[in-house]
Amino acid sequence: MTLFEAIILTVITASTPLLIAAVGELVVERAGVLNLGVEGMMIMGAAAGIAAAVVTGSSGLGVLAAIGAGMAMALVFAALTLGLAANQVAAGLALAIFGLGLSGVIGAPFVGVQRPGIGKVELPFLSEIPFLGPILFRQDPFVYASFALVAGVAWFLARSRAGLVLRACGENHASAHALGYPVLRIRLLAVLFGGACAGLAGAYLSLVYTPFWTSGMTAGRGWIALAIVVFASWLPWRAAVGAYLFGGVTILQLHAQSAGVPVAPQLLAALPYLITIVVLVLIMRIRRAGAGGGAAGPQSLGVPFVADR
Amino acid sequence: MRLVLERRESTPVALQVASPLLAVALMMVSAVVVFAALGHDPLHALHVYFVMPLSDAWGLQEVAVKATPLVLISVGLALCYRSGNWNIGAEGQFLMGAMAGSWLAVATHGAPTGAWLMPSMLMAGAAGGALFALVPALLKTRFGANEILTSLMLVYVAELLLDWLVRGPWRDPAGFNMPQTVVFAREATAPLLFGEGRLNIGTPIMLLVVALAAILLGRTLKGFEITLVGQAPRAARFAGFSAARLTWTVFAISGALAGLAGVLEASGTVRQLQPNISPGYGFTAIIVAFLGRLNPVGCLVAGVFLAVTFIGGENAQIMLRLPLDVTRVLQGLLLFYVLACDALLLYRVRLVRSLLA
Repeated sequence: MTLFEAIILTVITASTPLLIAAVGELVVERAGVLNLGVEGMMIMGAAAGIAAAVVTGSSGLGVLAAIGAGMAMALVFAALTLGLAANQVAAGLALAIFGLGLSGVIGAPFVGVQRPGIGKVELPFLSEIPFLGPILFRQDPFVYASFALVAGVAWFLARSRAGLVLRACGENHASAHALGYPVLRIRLLAVLFGGACAGLAGAYLSLVYTPFWTSGMTAGRGWIALAIVVFASWLPWRAAVGAYLFGGVTILQLHAQSAGVPVAPQLLAALPYLITIVVLVLIMRIRRAGAGGGAAGPQSLGVPFVADR
Repeated sequence: MRLVLERRESTPVALQVASPLLAVALMMVSAVVVFAALGHDPLHALHVYFVMPLSDAWGLQEVAVKATPLVLISVGLALCYRSGNWNIGAEGQFLMGAMAGSWLAVATHGAPTGAWLMPSMLMAGAAGGALFALVPALLKTRFGANEILTSLMLVYVAELLLDWLVRGPWRDPAGFNMPQTVVFAREATAPLLFGEGRLNIGTPIMLLVVALAAILLGRTLKGFEITLVGQAPRAARFAGFSAARLTWTVFAISGALAGLAGVLEASGTVRQLQPNISPGYGFTAIIVAFLGRLNPVGCLVAGVFLAVTFIGGENAQIMLRLPLDVTRVLQGLLLFYVLACDALLLYRVRLVRSLLA
């Protein structure tokens, strides 16, 4: 395997959790809900994932527990923002603070526990193709799942009737309600889907990426996923581009550190966050210039829906 | 059967006071459940968490010391949130203020200084926090970049900058390679109020800030502008108020207050700079601001309460071996309850027994 292949492989592993979490949040936001608690749901997924995997000895059950934990967190958020029409920004922040704390409590007994990560799954014949084979078809199941997720969500939003209804709820919830669509129920399902994705992304971190638990191990990835959604103009394929861009920056920074680039490691470590800011600014500039940057986001995003009868 | 929200015409004053109290009560109930789930006697744990910090003079002093940064930051955040500006990066502005102020302390260490040093440090801290907060304000007003994400990303940048400083250029040469600066000289430490303990001039400064903010919001045109822009942006535009200029103002004020809290923490409470100088004050202050109903005096009360949970959490860590994260769980739960209870102020919740909406 060449160095170039090795770098691309690490970029894929660094990008996959960002992509899974971003696609989940993208669906939530297309339904008109802004859930800033991705970081909290993600780290709960990481904690629940490793806890369940260690206790049961099964990585599969660990993944299921992570998805469940993400959905449980999302349910709390939904109860507040959909059930009680609470402020979505504040509720999302609460979810992030709560998740960071609770994951620390759940993860405490598992600090330093080593366990084998989830292995790669090779696809017969395809993985033998030179260069493309090892990169595309010799990956862990999460990578395949992330590809499927992007394709599935892109199809769902653009081509399916249910996706059309979901987008209608995000663009104009009053009209969607007037047409007889159950706005709150659709939003609940979207929020739960986002929670499941964030939980899955968290499981990737604690079961594959660094197969052990450390407190606060998401390190802002949940927030970067939120930035990717903005970058992507709420389009799934562009989310994939964004996730790989940020994954690439993360890996470049790690390689620069190990190559002994004469720059403080803290400055290199700050790069993904600084680049997130720069990208957010650039994308807004492009969008304002009207150069095909896409929509400015769903119209009803972040506005609570209360059915006045 | 389902819940239906009906918008209230007006909110009774009694409910406005009762809502945060109900949230605190619900948090206490949840705390009992959490303690029991972790295998502790809930009553004893409650005592350690919420009573012990208030039961002696030393504990009370520590509560005031912890409440000072929380209230300072949250008053600034309350101004921001009232005007519809989501500054989430107070933690970064706090650290930036601590660094900017400490720079003077480190640079003058060992040199003859005078009474000018402390005021200069406070001003440098406030300026550092304000400048750092103006970055998301600039990006929001000039480019329309989301201030929630930019201010939050800057928290990580500030954390890494602090880490670099205390491990690199500012490391105490005699510090056995520990990532920390020298212990500040006497001229570079905030004067103590009493001979012993850690209570310093930060606390009276905080009380002054609360009073000034209450006057600003309740008695001045600027205060009216802040509330109007947040609640009715269109009306504010017709009234000739510039939302962009207000964004700059509230970000500068909240950044300055967070920076002031940072330099006071470094120079008064910790007396040196180290990577873990903040136990998450900037994030907890968000909860303080909401629990205090975005009102300066409310922030003071809420800040004292959350300071108690910090001290109680430290006590519980030592006495009961409860992880410090339990405190964050309780703080997060409190914000959930505050938001849920506030919904009861805006809406009447009714149970409807029909399937048709």
